[in-house]
Amino acid sequence: MATTPTKPATGKQGQQGFVYLPLIAGWLVPGAGHFLLGKWMRGTLLAVAIIAMFVMGLAMQGKLYTSAQDILGLLGVAGDLGGGILYFISRAAGWGGQPVQTTVADYGTKFIVVAGLLNIIAAVDAHNLRTGRKS
Amino acid sequence: MFHPTHFAAVLLFALCASTVFGITMRDTPRNMVRYGAYCFVLFIGSAIVLSWVMFLIAR
Repeated sequence: MATTPTKPATGKQGQQGFVYLPLIAGWLVPGAGHFLLGKWMRGTLLAVAIIAMFVMGLAMQGKLYTSAQDILGLLGVAGDLGGGILYFISRAAGWGGQPVQTTVADYGTKFIVVAGLLNIIAAVDAHNLRTGRKS
Repeated sequence: MFHPTHFAAVLLFALCASTVFGITMRDTPRNMVRYGAYCFVLFIGSAIVLSWVMFLIAR
């Protein structure tokens, strides 16, 4: 009995165009990569989870890493940059707490970094959907 | 300013992270929900266990 080979989720039309577009769009705007592929529910849930985490981090007076003074700072910048446009808007608006930390502000800093890292995972997932590695 | 307790912060963190893990690591909606719930329970459970371990070490 022959089994049907797994088709890419995006179908025939999805194989046309710039293959990295969902990856880049998903990085810049949380959930946008999935929206481009017509995965509305997944995109919405990802966007809500990531944006909520980022906003909660800011509300807890979490720090936005702006420059790398040491290796931990470098990792913090890399994590924050994963937030895409959320990070750039927050930097431009001057949001985020001061380096002086309270316990809650420290949680907030971690929330912001992890939101960026989760956004990268979501963007890579959109890329996998686009290339047909995942359905 | 938002001032959650430590446990509320753990709950919120676990909820958001589990949502992303569930959606990105599994293919079907049913498996996404199951894996997301599994991650959520592991996050919360490990936080509670580690809290007790640290409490007992500190005594």
